[in-house]
Amino acid sequence: MRALIEHDWLDHEYLSQHTSGFAELKATVEPYTPEHVASICRISPVELLRAAEIFGTSERVLSTVLQGFYQSHQATAASCQVNNLHLLRGLIGKPGSGVLQMNGQPTAQNTREAGADGDLPGFRNWDNPEHVQELARLWNVDPLTIPHWAPPTHAMQIWRYAEQGSIKFLWISATNPAVSLPELSRIRDILRQDDLFVITQDAFRTETTELADVVLPAALWGEKQGTFTNLSRVVHLSEQAVEPPGEARSDLDIFLDYASRMGFRNRDGDPLITWKDPEGAFDAWRECSRGRPCDYTELSYDRLRGGSGIPWGGKERLYADGVFPTAASYCEDYGHDLLTGASTTPTDYKARRPDGRAFLKAAEYTPAPEQPSDEYPFICTTGRSVYHFHTRTKTRRAPELQKAAPDPWVEISPADAATLGLTDGDVVRVESERGSVEVPVRIGRCRDGVVFLPFHYGFQAANELTTTEWDPVSKQPLFKISAVRIRRV
Amino acid sequence: MHLATYLGLLHTSLQTLADAFREVAKGHGDEPDVAHTCQVLSKRIDAQVEKLGPIVERYGEHRESEPERLHAAEFSETRSGAVGLLRDLQDLYALASFTDITWTVAGQAAQGLRDKELLDVVSSCEQDTARLLAWLKTRIKQSAPQALIAARG
Repeated sequence: MRALIEHDWLDHEYLSQHTSGFAELKATVEPYTPEHVASICRISPVELLRAAEIFGTSERVLSTVLQGFYQSHQATAASCQVNNLHLLRGLIGKPGSGVLQMNGQPTAQNTREAGADGDLPGFRNWDNPEHVQELARLWNVDPLTIPHWAPPTHAMQIWRYAEQGSIKFLWISATNPAVSLPELSRIRDILRQDDLFVITQDAFRTETTELADVVLPAALWGEKQGTFTNLSRVVHLSEQAVEPPGEARSDLDIFLDYASRMGFRNRDGDPLITWKDPEGAFDAWRECSRGRPCDYTELSYDRLRGGSGIPWGGKERLYADGVFPTAASYCEDYGHDLLTGASTTPTDYKARRPDGRAFLKAAEYTPAPEQPSDEYPFICTTGRSVYHFHTRTKTRRAPELQKAAPDPWVEISPADAATLGLTDGDVVRVESERGSVEVPVRIGRCRDGVVFLPFHYGFQAANELTTTEWDPVSKQPLFKISAVRIRRV
Repeated sequence: MHLATYLGLLHTSLQTLADAFREVAKGHGDEPDVAHTCQVLSKRIDAQVEKLGPIVERYGEHRESEPERLHAAEFSETRSGAVGLLRDLQDLYALASFTDITWTVAGQAAQGLRDKELLDVVSSCEQDTARLLAWLKTRIKQSAPQALIAARG
């Protein structure tokens, strides 16, 4: 970023018309000389400058960002810098240029749009009373029944409240936290607490269902109807192919049954939920999304049956006009301080008059909470294998995939293996302050001082080692940085 | 001139504030976001102390009887539990507010004295203090409903 500014690889017209905060950004990156950055990142300053030159002088640049950013420390700050690089050069919303801030899972895009991650539906802003009123009108409920007095309670905080006993009822749907969350011994302890009642809803038995009080068998994607939205805004209709086995029911059926048994009512005393099936839910969602940055009103089950997928919004390309969803009355959030996660107040936000301009936000570098030490000299990073999805709930039941990668391993650099006297296949104990795994060594492409564990496996699970820490803005756990030591077994 | 007295007051208050942030980080290790953010912020307050240092020296820091009476409250020790966390964050808020308004006071005197160096320090430290207060307010707002309505013990 600093090199781009220094070499004036900037689109000044774009910056002045479509962004705000350049002076602050420039001041923030000023102390980060190539040498300083190179020493933090353990790379060569020459290569860093070469990378800056490629970014700064290419006609087209496309960036993709995924968990390597999102699950590191200062994750949101780092991800924003990719956006900033594109904004500095005006390389967004043009053919061959743009930023793909990716989602890790199928239809993760729509869970964000619909508010299934705890935010308000349709990218409505919890801190904007108009948005809350709008939702309350749509649902015909008292606005006070829609929690909007603070940022949504994130998953890591929900687990903390469960640990402290102020949450006594946890309903886990279609995920496997006993493998996927950090510091698994802590997660198991919480799930086993006597005064925490746990429902787990999944298609198969998992490590989490084994610790649940009640297990609700759920249908898989081919056993129910619904839509998927992927990162490129394309919406697909997925028709039911077969009936679910046994007593399994679709997630929607289970939740509708719950709502009906609980007798959830609107302001007039009528049932809160008026739809009964996936298409009805989709139509209600279309109405809910009207006028919002993810407007589905043009779509319908009938239209989706006509082709293999249709993007919402209709436009060929987002941000082609350089107008961003930042107008105070329209934006999803008033934003955060990237260093601490402090919410920007409505007054401060409005005072900046963003009016469709993109924010160039930045933060100074701070070291990760956990650093390698004499006792734990390696950094352990966790990630995926091409053969498995998430915690293998489905992929370990696919014989070809299971056969290709049946067991976990630790990947280590050739130099580190030589220092430790290890060869391929030697079994080692990888240990952090929180726990350990015993796995065979694979000598691979890791950089020296860094080891890699796949996070898919419920036995010798990588997340025994990881730490309960999260990004201040996105609240994603820091899966990529745990200090560990390695001993031959 | 009483500015020297006030700068001394600000200097000690900032040290108290930095220590208080460190104390909360240590006492609330089970709230990782609080512990980590308090660590990061305590270092930023240290940086404020450092920036103020040369100016305090230039005006001559008076530690006579007056500053003792002006002295801001001390932070004693952290509390436990959800309500304890809330209360500790409120203490930090009160201490940080005190340094905030004291920076304002110092800034007013700097204007009168046309002290460019002090004005620059005040301007950057005021922004930094706004950030402390914004984070504290966000975290307090987040904690309050759960702590006051649902927490046990």
